[in-house]
Order: sequence, then C-alpha cells, then structure tokens
Amino acid sequence: MLFYIFKRILMTIPVMVIVALFVFLMLRLSPGDPAAVIAGDYATAEDVQRIREQLGLSEPIVVQFTRWLGQLAQGDLGTSIFSNKPVSQLIAQRIEPTMFLALTTIIFSVLVAVPLGTIAAYRAGSWIDRVVMLFSVGGFSVPVFVLGYVLIYVLSLKLRWLPVQGYKSPFTEGIGPFFAHITLPTLTLSVIFIALIARMTRASVIEVLEEDYVRTARAKGQSELKVLMRHALRNAAVPIITVIGIGIALLIGGVVVTESVYNIPGLGRLVLDAVLARDYPIIQGLILFFSFIYIVLNLLIDLSYSLLDPRIRY
Amino acid sequence: MVQNAPTLPQTPEQPSIWRIALRNRSVFWGGLMLVIIALVALTGGLFTADPMDINPMSRLKPPGEHGLFGTDQLGRDVFSRVINGARISLTVGTAVAVISIAIGLFLGLVAGYFRYMDALIMRVMDGLMSIPAILLAIALISLSGATLLTVVAAIVIPEIPRVVRLVRSVVLTVREEPYVEAAIAAGTKTWLIMGRHVLPNTIAPLIVQATYVCGSAMLTEAILGFLGAGIPPEIPSWGNIMSEGRTFFQLTPWIIFFPGAALAVTVLAVNIVGDGLRDSLDPRIARTMR
Amino acid sequence: MTPILDIENLSVSLPKGADRPFAIQDITFSVNAGEIVCVVGESGSGKSVTSFTVMGLHDKRALTPVAGEIRLEGKNILGASAAEIRRLRGEKMAMIFQEPMTALNPVAPVGQQIGEMLEIHTNFGAAKRKAKVLQAMRDVHLPDPEKMYHSFPHQLSGGQRQRIVIAMSLVLEPVLLIADEPTTALDVTTQAQILALIKELQTRRGMGVLFITHDFGVVADIADRVVVMQNGQIVEQGPVAQVLGNPTHPYTKMLINAVPSMTPPSRAPVAGPVALSAANLNKQYGSLGLLGGGRVVNAANDVNFQVRRGETLGIVGESGSGKSTVARCVMRLIDPTSGEVLIGDTNIATIAESQLRQHRRDIQIVFQDPYRSLNPRRTVGQSITEGPVNFGVSPAEALERARRLMSIVGLAPEALDRFPHQFSGGQRQRICIARALAMEPMVLIADEAVSALDVSVQAQVLDLLEDVKEKFDLAMLFITHDLRVAAQICDRIMVMQKGIVVESGPTAQVFANPQHPYTRALLSAAPGHSTFDSKGGASAGQAAPL
Repeated sequence: MLFYIFKRILMTIPVMVIVALFVFLMLRLSPGDPAAVIAGDYATAEDVQRIREQLGLSEPIVVQFTRWLGQLAQGDLGTSIFSNKPVSQLIAQRIEPTMFLALTTIIFSVLVAVPLGTIAAYRAGSWIDRVVMLFSVGGFSVPVFVLGYVLIYVLSLKLRWLPVQGYKSPFTEGIGPFFAHITLPTLTLSVIFIALIARMTRASVIEVLEEDYVRTARAKGQSELKVLMRHALRNAAVPIITVIGIGIALLIGGVVVTESVYNIPGLGRLVLDAVLARDYPIIQGLILFFSFIYIVLNLLIDLSYSLLDPRIRY
Repeated sequence: MVQNAPTLPQTPEQPSIWRIALRNRSVFWGGLMLVIIALVALTGGLFTADPMDINPMSRLKPPGEHGLFGTDQLGRDVFSRVINGARISLTVGTAVAVISIAIGLFLGLVAGYFRYMDALIMRVMDGLMSIPAILLAIALISLSGATLLTVVAAIVIPEIPRVVRLVRSVVLTVREEPYVEAAIAAGTKTWLIMGRHVLPNTIAPLIVQATYVCGSAMLTEAILGFLGAGIPPEIPSWGNIMSEGRTFFQLTPWIIFFPGAALAVTVLAVNIVGDGLRDSLDPRIARTMR
Repeated sequence: MTPILDIENLSVSLPKGADRPFAIQDITFSVNAGEIVCVVGESGSGKSVTSFTVMGLHDKRALTPVAGEIRLEGKNILGASAAEIRRLRGEKMAMIFQEPMTALNPVAPVGQQIGEMLEIHTNFGAAKRKAKVLQAMRDVHLPDPEKMYHSFPHQLSGGQRQRIVIAMSLVLEPVLLIADEPTTALDVTTQAQILALIKELQTRRGMGVLFITHDFGVVADIADRVVVMQNGQIVEQGPVAQVLGNPTHPYTKMLINAVPSMTPPSRAPVAGPVALSAANLNKQYGSLGLLGGGRVVNAANDVNFQVRRGETLGIVGESGSGKSTVARCVMRLIDPTSGEVLIGDTNIATIAESQLRQHRRDIQIVFQDPYRSLNPRRTVGQSITEGPVNFGVSPAEALERARRLMSIVGLAPEALDRFPHQFSGGQRQRICIARALAMEPMVLIADEAVSALDVSVQAQVLDLLEDVKEKFDLAMLFITHDLRVAAQICDRIMVMQKGIVVESGPTAQVFANPQHPYTRALLSAAPGHSTFDSKGGASAGQAAPL
C-alpha cells in the first residue's frame, strides 16, 4: 500500500514536468518577441530590455528551462514584473476568498446533486428524471456570468435579499457577513457543478442498479431505499468521485469568472489583472499553482478508491 | 422516454446512424432549433440595421421604441448586434468541434493502438487536462494576440485531451474483440484493421462528443469575450456585447440579458441534440434501456 | 398434502414487437416438500422467466403475468403487495443465481451480506446474527468461517462464492429454494461439489427445490421430477427416470439424443504429415518489476504437442488451466515467452509480425462467442472474403469461394449480403468456420467453439467441424472444458491443469484408463455420468462431496 502511494506520487512528477514545460514553451514559442509582447505597445526599448533580463530570455533555452525548474522545485514561482513581489506571496494574499468559494461550491453541489442524480436514476424515464435531466442540460448551457447577473438582478437588485458584490472574511468580519456575501457566488458557480455531478450520479447508479448483486439484495427481501443506499450508491461512488476530481479544472475556470462578476478579490481576479497588465510571471505562476492543486487533489481521489472499493488494492 | 424500442432483427440492412438519430425526439427538436438559429445567423445580417452603426442620440435606451432589444452606450442597436453575434458563436463552436475532434481522433487512435506511444501521449494529455481550460485559453490569447484564429486555437487545445481519452478507450475495448483478432489472424494489415474494424466504432461516440465540445466552445468563447480576453472588441460577438454591458448593468440589464439568453438557447439546443444522440447511439445507454 | 409451490395455467406476456406474444404460456406444475424439480430447456425456453416470476423479480417493464396463479404453500402470491412479496423472499422462498462472480456486492464483506438477510427479516441482536451467519457458513462447508466472515467476494473462488450465496439464501430456512443455473458458470469439479451440497441441504431440511438448467447431465444427477420447456410451453413432465429413460415428446427425445456420450468411439491413429507442433512452449504473465513487487503467473508451462493433418487434438481443462493461452500463443495473438511453434517447417513463435503475415493463412481460428466474432458493421461476405483478398485473391474469386463455403457450412450463398445480426448463434458459428476455411488453412483451431451454443445446435456444429476436417484434410486443435464434447470429436486429448499438461494420449485410452488423479477427478465429476454412460467406459462413480 505504502509502496503504491509512493509509486503514484512518483507518477505525478512527469505530468507536472510536462505542465511546466508547456507553460514555459507557451511564452518562448509565441510569435514575436515575448518581451515586447509583455511590455505592450507603448514600451520603450529599455522597458523591453529590462523585461528580457528579468525573464532571463537572452540565455539558451535549455539553460533557461533547467534553471526555472530548479526554482520551481524550491517553491519559487517567479516575481511579478510590475509589483516586483514574489508570485507565491501574491497567491498567499489572495487565496482565502477563492478557497472558501471553491469549498462552499463543492459542498453545496454534492449535497444537492447526489440525491438528485440518485432519484433520477431510480425513477429513470419518469417525469422526475426528465426534470433533473432538463435542469442538468440547462446548467451546462447557461454561461456562468449570465447566471450571475440574473441572480444579482433578481435577488439583490429587485428583492434586496442579498448584497450585490464583494467578499467578507469569516475570520475578520464574522460568519454572518461571510455567508451573506458568499451565497450568491456559490449559487452561481454551483449550477454547472450540480449539473455535472447529478448527471454522473444518475448514469453510475443506473448502471449499478442493473447489476446482479442488486437483484440479490432484492431477492433477500431488502427494501428499495436500503437497496439504493447500501448496495447501489456505495458501488456507484467511484465514478462520481472521479468526475468531481476532473470537475476541479472546470471549477477553477468558473471561479475566475465568478470572482470577476462579484468583484471578489481572489486568485481569479489576480489572473485577470495580470492578463490586463501582461504580467506574465503571475499568469505562469498561477497556471502552475492551479494545475498543481488539480494534480494533488486527483492523486488523493485516486488513493481514496481503495477505501471505497476493496477490489482496488495496491 | 417514449421512444421506439430498438427493432433490429427484420430490417434488410442496419439502419444508418442518422436514421437512428432522427428517430429520437431530442435530436429532432434540438436539431430543428439549431437549424433555425443557423438560418438566422446566416441571413439575419441582411435584414437588420448595421450592428456597428453608432447613434449618439439614442444611447442606453430600453427595449421597445429604440429597437426590439434597446440600445447600448454608443446607441448601437442591441437586436442587430445579437443577430450578427450568432454567426461568430456558431463559427467558433463548429470550428473548435471539428478541429479538436480531428486532432483528438488521430492522437487517440495512435495512443490506443501503439503501446509505445501510449504513455507519452497520455502523460501529455494528463498535463493538459490539469490546466483549467479558461486559464489556458486566456494565457495563450494574451501571448499570441487576440484574433478569431487564436481564439479558436486557444479553445481547441484544452478540448483535445477529452477526445483523446474517449477515442483511446474505444480503441482499447474494440481491439480485444474476437472479430479484430480474426482480422489479425486473416493477415489484415494494421492500417486496414484500424480503418475497417476500429475506426467505425469511434464514430458514434465522437459525434456525441462533438456536440458537447461545440456547446462548451461557444460558452468558453463568450466567457473569454466577457473577461475582455477574447475576440477583438470591435467584433460584435455575444461575449463582447455582454462585456460592454457590464458597466451599466444596474441601469440597463438588457444589454447582458438578451445576448445571454441567445447564447443559452443556442448552447441548450446543441446540448439537447448531444443528449439525444447519446441516448440513441451509445450502446451502453441503449443496453440499459432494453 | 399441499405442494410448496403450485403454478397453475401461468402465462407471462412479452412486450409488443417481440418475436412471440408470451414468454411463458399456460404452464402448470408443482414442487412438493422434499423434492427437486428440474425445469430444463434451451435458451429462450422461458425457464428463467418462470423462476424470476415466482420470486417477483422479473423485469416489470417488459414482462407481465397475464393469467394463472402462483401458489406458495397454498396461497396465491401473484397478486400480493410489494411489501408482502418482500417478506416472503428469504423467509419462505430464496434464490441462488447463475453467476456467483456478480451475485454478491463487491464492496461488502460476505458475512455481513449473509447477516443482512437476518437484519431484514428478524430482530436478532448483532451477536446472535453473527452466530447464525457462522452456523450457516459451516452448513455449506466453508473453511474457517470466522475468518471468511470478513472476506470480500473477490477474495473467494467461484465455488466459495456460490456457497456464500447458498448460505445466505438458506439462513432463514425457507421452504422453497429456487436455483437458476447455479452451476453453469462453474468448473466441472466445482459443479459436482455444489450439486452435492444442494442435494445434501435439501435432504436434510426437506425443502422443495426448483432447479433451472439446460444440462441433462445435471438433471440426471439431481432431479426427482423433470419439466421440459420449449418456446415458453411445457412439452413434457414426469419423474426423472421416466422422462430420461422413456421420453415421449420428440423435442425431449432430440435433446436427450444430443447429449454427447462420454464413451469415445474407437478411432484409428492418423498417419498424415505433422502440420502443427509446439515444443517447450511457455507463456508467463506479469513480471517481477523493477523492485520485485510484481507476480509471475505461468499460464503455459513447457507445453509440447504435434497435430497431424486429418487429426483432431483436444486440449481439455478447467478455467485457468492455460488451454486458451496455448491456442492464442499458437495463433500468435499473444507472443509466447519461450519455445517453438512450428507450422510445417517454419517456427512462427519468434518471427516479426511482417514475416508472420504470410504464414497466418495456414492457421485459422474459430472463437467461443458467436456474437462478438463477426464485425456487426460488415456483411457476412465482406467478413469471409477479407482474408483471401489480403493474400492477393481477386475479390470476384474470393466471393465465389465464399459462396461455395457457405453451402459447405450449410447456409444459403445468397446470405452473403446480410449482416451478422440477422443470424442465430449457431449460424454465426458456421459463418466463422467458413471464414476460417476461406483462407485454405492447414490448421484449424476451435477455441471453445461450441461452448456457447444450445445442445441441439452444438451437435450440428460438431458434425460440421468433423466434416470439414475430413474434406479439407485439416489438422484441428480443439480447445474445450467439456469432456463429453472432447470424447466425441478428438482423436487424441491433452489434459491441462494450471498451465501444465498432466496427461495426454489417444482419447479412448485416456477415458478408459486415466492415469493422472486430476484426469480421474474431471471424468468422475462430469454430470450425468452414471445415467448416460452406464454401459462400460471409465466409471469412477459419483464425485465425493468435499
């Protein structure tokens, strides 16, 4: 088991190196002089030269890459061109709202989506299944930000139930304001996630309900509710958890948009500000940071399979 | 689902994929909706006002007297802009679907059939999948400059891994089938086995996947436009219209709501077709319906 | 005395558009206490629908009981409420299924799954439940119940899992046990043990058993009475001795005659040239890995044989014996780890795929599963002509050859334009034989080629294989788990166990005078041995229940 965990961790290293290489090459292989692109249209020759130095663009590409990898391995994500602060520090300053938004969204989505998907699967073909599936298709079709504005318009501007924008930290400003401000962004971001998880839950449970052991459970005289809870859902868990893991990438993309709509000072806003300022080290650092999170979370999910299914042994 | 049970036995030939698909109600109605949207997109520009026409006298007017959907902060007709935006959305969606399926199909076939390429291709795909699509697209566009072409490319790249995974899994399943082994035993060359016995099995799942990619590409394009990182702002794409509407949202919400609704309806139509296709073409789902 | 189960004029309808209006039509039979009633029939006979309808577990979207009664201890349960039926399941009637591999929940310990039965139907405390479960496990002779209580299904063998299912179904001592092909998925030696166990428990508890099977050997071993079904109707029923010994209905007669005899006909040794031989053939799966964490399985270990033209060599063994591995190595569908495979004079075991291709035409294979052996998207003609065209035969000539072969395998040449789904399993197997013959091979491998077929179809396909072997002077390698089939078609047989050939020789000799204990165990475990093969041959008596 320990050996397997060790092996799995080792296996993520090539993936991370590939991500790093990709991010690295993205800048170097883009058309034109990257330093000039970053410097923007109104930069002087000195500006361009300064950026070139800062990014180490004048050295051979292999040297650049190895040195950069070395820095990454020590947790150095680079330095912002404009604020001159380390990117890791900028991330640390902005991570709290993003983390809370992601957490509330995942918790809320799972709590809503798994029961919905299970009911839809159990009553596959009925009106309730059709409503759930319609909601799910709809959830995949409405752009996150449009949904955000509709919710703001209805719940904040018209009904005045919730604040329009901003973020309040639960540590410094209290739990009440925190929830008041995070409710709308969470609802907004959850819709697509609920759609995703409910769909996978439904498909997975439908498949499991066809299995022989479900028939065995019924042959024992087990009640339908217990058949669902004890036999079906437990066996359907692996694909559901997998889709949650893959959905993390979708969630992060949604966070960027949601933070922009609700004016939340998190990592998503950091990305957008960096794009507008062409502060490339920040973009680079954030991409690496997010894919690191994705890879680690999916590694944990992979390892959790053995808890859910005794057949998966390492 | 009130849908005809698969009645295969007595037909002289296996019905074509399209025949099976059109029997499905979702495919039919979703497809009809899409055809109408496409017609509007293609011909709408002929009947509406110039979407670029600035009219300082009627700025930020509500829907009604100043055009069906009102006007924006430069006095341009929102209705006309939304109609013209459809063309861009559909173009991006279709282009991304076609290109990413083509690249993904090729890589997936190679990864699935040639063991020595598998590890390499799949690690690269794992790496790509770990980067959030929107972030990747933003970064690519900000580096290479925003044009229709770079936006399409930036949306294509993160879509590829999913297609590769799908194709690869189909190939891995099919190559274990006895009929493929029989073809190997009959001395059939590898490329012929791929073309005759493996490739046809990927078509149905790929058609389904293509619709989902198309829908998600249209959404991504709009999000990029909305964030100000997409197609150049002077082109009236739905994302760009909504991006410009942000500033005055509290005053004039319609500038966001109308293009938003148009986008949602279009993507919904695409996704409904996708679901219908999946129900009627995917043998795994078909099995549970039996 | 009231029968335990009394089915009267029961009809169950199929949905519109099916190939017939009723799954079962107007059937009447009963099961008494202390009696095993076998319902026997081929696929599509309605025998399983009968058992599932009794349990109320039939697919309610497709199947509707439309007439008749099912009485359990005199009470009609066909109209009972869902809650009532649930209470009866487990308490009064219980069921064991065909697939022990999938019948148990893979994520729950087996002890807990047996205990669930008690949890549902009794208010015993946890300690009493566990004691009951352990007793039930001992009753089905499972080793070390205390430890196995916590095992997960995948850690047990097929036979052990089936014992768990039996323990589970009998823990509440129901009056009726329904067994739906409970030994079909098991190896022959395990099958004998499970049959003995069911018989033992039935005798001890005096319950009624409704036993569904397609195998007349099993019927002969276990039944008190027999019900024969065809196309949803009962064609004949009566005491086992009467139905087997003196069948009246032509269908029953046909089924019984189709059971291959365990006594091999005498065959002269074949003297043709050697077409295929294997020397020191080995196949290992897995590797020790870089850090020694892996495991190595010897799927085939030092296998040697020769097959002459005009001769059939049988490779017989249970699952995991390595018999299919040998076939696939010989075909080079997998690469042998070491050893030689000679076709004529060429060693094909190690040559590169590009050189191998020209030798592929000499050796062809027919697989087990008729439904997956033909590409569903290609016409039969396309499938048959694919190989010859690969080797430069013109399409027109290949098609002409395909037409000839279609008549040889007993199908209409016009059917070449049709798709596989328009043919039955037996017909598809004929097409696969035609496809193999189209290559004009020296060697034909039949890998469990008749195992998925109903017994009446099986006999016809065996005859066809025998025919084409004669006609084309083929060397045939016949892989099977079924000793009866092997006895009928093989000149010589080779018995494999866990990758090793334990015995080989002329078929008649091996059957009459088996040397290896494993061969003897296999022969004695063959169901129906005492009934169908009483006249001479090797009769080692019934399998000793373990």
